[in-house]
Amino acid sequence: MIGQPEWPSGAVVYRNDEYGVYQERYRTMSKSRSSAKSAGTQDKSGLKAGAQIIVDTLIGQGVDTMFGYPGGVVLPLFDRLYDAPIRFVIPRHEQGGCHMADAYARASGKVGVVVATSGPGACNLTTGLATAMMDSVPVVALTGQVRTELIGNDAFQEADTTGVTRPVTKYNCIVKDVKNLARTIREAFYIASTGRPGPVLVDLPVDIQVAKCKADGSDDMELPGYKIRTRGHAKQISSAAAAINASERPVLYVGGGVISANATEQLRAFAEKAHLPVTTTLLGLGSYDQSKPESLDMLGMHGSAYANFAVQECDLLIAVGARFDDRVTGRLKDFAPLAEILHIDIDPASISKNVKVDIPVVGDAKHILAELAKEVKYCERKAWFKKIAEWKKKFPFSYDKNSSSVKPQHIVSELCHQTDGKAIITTGVGQNQMWTAQFYKFSRPRQLISSGGLGTMGYGLPAAIGAQVAKPKETVVDIDGDHSFNMTMTELATAVENKLPIKVCILNNGYMGMVRQWQELFYGKRYSKSYLANPDYAAVAEALGAVGITVDKKADVPKAIRAMLGEKRPCVVDFRIEREENVWPMVAAGKSLNEMDGLDILESMA
Amino acid sequence: MKHIISALVENKPGVLAHVAGMFAARAFNIDSLVVGRTEDPDLSRMTIVVIGDDRVVEQVRKQLAKIVPVVKVQDFVGKPIVARDLMLITISAPPEKRPELLPLIETFKGKVVDIGPKLLMVEICGPEAKIEAFINVCKPYGIKSVARTGTIAMPRQAKTEQ
Ligand SMILES: Cc1ncc(C[n+]2csc(CCOP(=O)(O)OP(=O)(O)O)c2C)c(N)n1
Ligand SMILES: [Mg+2]
Repeated sequence: MIGQPEWPSGAVVYRNDEYGVYQERYRTMSKSRSSAKSAGTQDKSGLKAGAQIIVDTLIGQGVDTMFGYPGGVVLPLFDRLYDAPIRFVIPRHEQGGCHMADAYARASGKVGVVVATSGPGACNLTTGLATAMMDSVPVVALTGQVRTELIGNDAFQEADTTGVTRPVTKYNCIVKDVKNLARTIREAFYIASTGRPGPVLVDLPVDIQVAKCKADGSDDMELPGYKIRTRGHAKQISSAAAAINASERPVLYVGGGVISANATEQLRAFAEKAHLPVTTTLLGLGSYDQSKPESLDMLGMHGSAYANFAVQECDLLIAVGARFDDRVTGRLKDFAPLAEILHIDIDPASISKNVKVDIPVVGDAKHILAELAKEVKYCERKAWFKKIAEWKKKFPFSYDKNSSSVKPQHIVSELCHQTDGKAIITTGVGQNQMWTAQFYKFSRPRQLISSGGLGTMGYGLPAAIGAQVAKPKETVVDIDGDHSFNMTMTELATAVENKLPIKVCILNNGYMGMVRQWQELFYGKRYSKSYLANPDYAAVAEALGAVGITVDKKADVPKAIRAMLGEKRPCVVDFRIEREENVWPMVAAGKSLNEMDGLDILESMA
Repeated sequence: MKHIISALVENKPGVLAHVAGMFAARAFNIDSLVVGRTEDPDLSRMTIVVIGDDRVVEQVRKQLAKIVPVVKVQDFVGKPIVARDLMLITISAPPEKRPELLPLIETFKGKVVDIGPKLLMVEICGPEAKIEAFINVCKPYGIKSVARTGTIAMPRQAKTEQ
């Protein structure tokens, strides 16, 4: 049985023996892990090296797990990490490391930490940072930088890291004096994890890591410009409650903010008390139990017909921790045309950014929902729920169950069934992501981990690794697209090395399916550059030390999923699915939410 | 509509890049941006003139406030303020034109700060409209070059002073 390696552990080396069987060999670590003379923890004068201050501050912030990749200018830091009580996972590419830290944060609710060297290392983080930024994920990135006196001289492996990452971080800075080091790192954690969370990058010149100073860690944070409103305005809450109580056709529209606010319990209580139908965004999935009759599932471009119709016909739209993304709203000027808009959000800049809000309530969803629950009244809204039930009956998510080919929707449904709807699911981007959102039924927060805002292909596998590190006892499955998987599949070696029993279901259509779907619908089936030659994924998995399974028959789907779930090693299942399956329904770009294509298809299979 | 936005920011490297980058990234138009020290050595003041409808400017204000080292943001629109621009302008002024030009400069309360054989450099300060008016008046003589600071502004203390 493969358990979690105990840290600090020796590296695990897998070798292919002559029979083609993978064997694990542990490279035993030298007993004496006491390290180099170069940088003792604290010298006689009570001074500490910057690198030690960094490690001590991280531990002080509760960090027990980090992701990252070494390099020249972070060597002092890595030396101090050598015997630190921190589990360290090394990805195969810094982008993967950043996604791992991000998914670790999404799965655990803690701050994810990633380290990279200067120049190429830091630049490789950018996609990961942008992904975390768009989805408001608390990540702290520490990057090495060339010596302070070389900055600006195009030194070897120098990049203007704070310049490059400024637009994709909530905040970033460079430490130029070791005296500010501990405080700056504490500020980074505070900023990353409070308010609307997001990634924060701290750039650390190598000389700062070596310089010594007295660090008692007591200096206060200095953030005069960082203010967060937590408690909602009482009067606004009362007008919100009054609007809800007066509404005949309300819809609750929930985004990922409710999950990052840890407010799903308050959401449930509020929605039940007021008796509201609930739809969520992609990132909101899991905030509300989808098995409840009031659940309308996901809304938007590939959302449920019943959620989209309900939004278009509601008289009050209650948005909580959501940001009216264009994938949710469709054509903006026709979005929820009959509704008064109530918006609860911690970020004042989200209010009235895309859609004009009638009743804004700025603050922490947890507090505001609890307050609102006190003031709302139960209201039956019989006619409204009846109408919703009709839409649900007429246009359920569906697919051709009688087809003899392997249907992606069947795979996701079967996986949901076999995992009891309880697995942690990560995804690639494209059709695979949408089928996952449509056919897996989520019931608890932090269960779906997907790149929503940025739509980063290649997120799924490293995200599964990060989530498994955070939740070693849970089943973690990456439902991926073949081309998404291609982008970061080297990280499978990371899962193998770290004995993380993640599962990967590749919905292999041999296409960039979502691109192909658009080309089919809007470019006359001219499939321009939307497919690549794929490898034999099962063989790739085996070569990297994981288990590989290939499925090309419908009848084998349940069996393969059972085998996959029973595996103790990382396991990749290559499902050769129906190549030109489409995602329905679909609100084409520029259309309004009720103008969905594919309704006839859903209706015919209802 | 033109809005004058005043932002107190931490006096730290990177803040100007952050603010300017945010404007570019969000496709907001800056008419002018002035940064300078304040009475507090830890704070600078940025005065930004933005053109846009109320919703755009509302977003500008919120997005500015969201930047961590930005401490305080005020939109002066509709408020009694004092607003000033400073301009240095070099005008073509051969000796025979000077008798005409000097009273003109006087009228605008400008100051001749440099004199060459054919040119005059004038310093002029005031509300933007006055600066524009002076430029127009100088045009027939020939303007060699102009350097302007952009607007700085402060609210008036008493509302009645307007
Ligand atoms: C890094 C990146 N590059 C390009 C895209 C644009 N894109 C969106 S979906 C998609 C196709 C995804 O193909 P695949 O992973 O096979 O998923 P499928 O749609 O076939 O399920 C592409 C290229 C993207 N989202 N991310
Ligand atoms: Mg594909």
